[in-house]
Amino acid sequence: MSTPVFIAGAGVISAIGNNIAENLAALENGAAGMGEMQYLHSVHRHKLPVAEVKMSNAELAELAGMPAHISRTALLSAIAAKEALQHAAIENFSKLRTGFISANTVGGMDKTEDFFVDFSGDPGKGRLRNIIHHECGAATELVADILGVKNYISTISTACSSSANAIFFGARLIRQNMLDVVIAGGTDALTKFTLNGFNTLMIVDHHYCQPFDENRRGLNLGEGAGYTVLVSEQVAASLKNDPVCVLSGYCNANDAYHQTASSPDGTGSYLAMKGALQQSGLQSGQIDYINLHGTGTQNNDIAEGTAIKMLFEGHYPPMSSTKSFTGHTLGASGGIEAVFSTLAIQHGLIYPNLRLETPMKALPFIPETHFKKGAAIRHVLSNSFGFGGNCSSLIFSKA
Amino acid sequence: MADLKQQIIAQLNLKDLKPEDIGDDQPLFVEGLGLDSIDALELIVLLQQEYKIKLASAEEGQHVFRSVRTMAQYITEHQPKTV
Amino acid sequence: MSDTQTYITAHCCITQKKVYKNGILLLSDETGSDTTDFLLSAYKYFNVDYPKFYKMDNLCKLGFLAVELLLKERRIAEEYSPETVGIVLSNANSSLDADLNYFQTVKNIPSPAQFVYTLPNIVIGEISIRHHCKGENAFFVSDRFDTGFMQFYVQDLLDRNRINACISGWVECLGGEYKAVVYLTEKRPAKGSLPFNIDHIHQIYEIANGEING
Repeated sequence: MSTPVFIAGAGVISAIGNNIAENLAALENGAAGMGEMQYLHSVHRHKLPVAEVKMSNAELAELAGMPAHISRTALLSAIAAKEALQHAAIENFSKLRTGFISANTVGGMDKTEDFFVDFSGDPGKGRLRNIIHHECGAATELVADILGVKNYISTISTACSSSANAIFFGARLIRQNMLDVVIAGGTDALTKFTLNGFNTLMIVDHHYCQPFDENRRGLNLGEGAGYTVLVSEQVAASLKNDPVCVLSGYCNANDAYHQTASSPDGTGSYLAMKGALQQSGLQSGQIDYINLHGTGTQNNDIAEGTAIKMLFEGHYPPMSSTKSFTGHTLGASGGIEAVFSTLAIQHGLIYPNLRLETPMKALPFIPETHFKKGAAIRHVLSNSFGFGGNCSSLIFSKA
Repeated sequence: MADLKQQIIAQLNLKDLKPEDIGDDQPLFVEGLGLDSIDALELIVLLQQEYKIKLASAEEGQHVFRSVRTMAQYITEHQPKTV
Repeated sequence: MSDTQTYITAHCCITQKKVYKNGILLLSDETGSDTTDFLLSAYKYFNVDYPKFYKMDNLCKLGFLAVELLLKERRIAEEYSPETVGIVLSNANSSLDADLNYFQTVKNIPSPAQFVYTLPNIVIGEISIRHHCKGENAFFVSDRFDTGFMQFYVQDLLDRNRINACISGWVECLGGEYKAVVYLTEKRPAKGSLPFNIDHIHQIYEIANGEING
């Protein structure tokens, strides 16, 4: 393995809390973030539970120190990214080569939705492009400005694995000695666009989702943002606090099966997990916890489970889907779950898979249903699989 | 049933097919016409749009959409009387 | 910086009613067709047989056709193992074209088939399904085609043996405007191949701008 890339800090905002401390408390107390929508206006208000961040745009703007008219996606991003940078406490940050790599799938859709409504007939697409482009481009760039990131800014959009991809892309730039520090992760706000869309695919649960349950009915959509601060070995050595962990392996593969459905045997998931293990130089038996993609849809959970069965046969580590707390936050999920994974290593935690009633008959293992503290967690595998067959796995290891 | 076949072709963008290419009892999915899960969802939209019939779940569709004949039967049985 | 010598072994451009393969103009449509019409006529002209084409949104049709021509007479996933064939694409407007089409259906009954295409990386999915590519794939959204970055990223994947071959380039479609510039990068040269570097990527991209003729 070439030079290690360290995780110096993390930040998160989700339906279960506005920062790391609140998220950890909710994970420990088994307090899920779903409920009837309060901030999104949709005809599905009373029918589809969602996992909203419990703040209005005005409140988020105040917390972020930004104007309230910018998109919710950018506000969420700023809050989590700032926390991550604070947590990392890098003293000479402004003198280093810095990057911000942020993933999202909806961009400024929450703002442009209002514009879409008026868009009928032929108002000229050139103008429309400018408006939307402005909103999308603004999200990553605005936040990069606030963070004081100056050397490299990039937006990745590969569906629900976007922010996992942002994280390993950041690690590559550090390994290549192009940057010293990269804040990488993702953000997505709830929008009518995605809620309606997932609803037409008939994979939204009308109750609270039950990932990896035999009787699972689908996913709950959520929103939030999660970022990690990746640093080079040199920067890691200069930190006041010990780095949280290292990113020891990552892999991305394509399932090459269907636009939205996973192949029955989870080929892409298998290749991603196997590739990440190979890169980290670990055996499957050395993984101490798996943060599952675990959306709660029929298709994902059986495909992911089948791939895990193939790879971990004989030794199934504790595993759980924290989407049972946060809902599926799409472009943010890989970032939020990377944060949870690093916290698991830092504090020796295993998170419960909530609402598991009947384990899946086709699988020989059962996800963890209780919160565990004080476990010896050295290596954590985090899965993120997206539409378009884009499958990514990350492995975090104790530094 | 010929009308229904035409509607299926239009809804699913099966541009290389003519209504007479689809057998009344030919399976629509996988081994038959080779439709997939997204097509099934589009057929649910078709029922709603053209016949005001709402299916509750994708699973229900599996039985209804076995063939053009089963689909036609389902429509006859479930179509609101006023239409 | 790069350890491995790599080559662009084929390239294909589709834009403004013209199709080029390796710099040679293969199709030029003089009729007043719009994007959808042109892509359909190209599909027919090149005798592609893939009924799923009709269901795709224009961004996918464009990317699919460009790669179809790029890989003609190749069986890339058999020549290499499927998990070592990667795809790295980028554009400026993500899936906005499909977003708009989907949004039009929402007023009536939202269309699942249209919603499926409201992510830019679905075009990578469609290409992967068609050519059985299972290697690393990425989609970057950036204002303009960043040749330096695209060269670095793909070269790095090849250097680290993550992949042995890569389909990459720019695939952009919004309303009446469309442009696909794709190229195949491999570790072994082929007849007429170009060393994989920024200048050659730029040169290929310029074909699409009509500044260089075959």
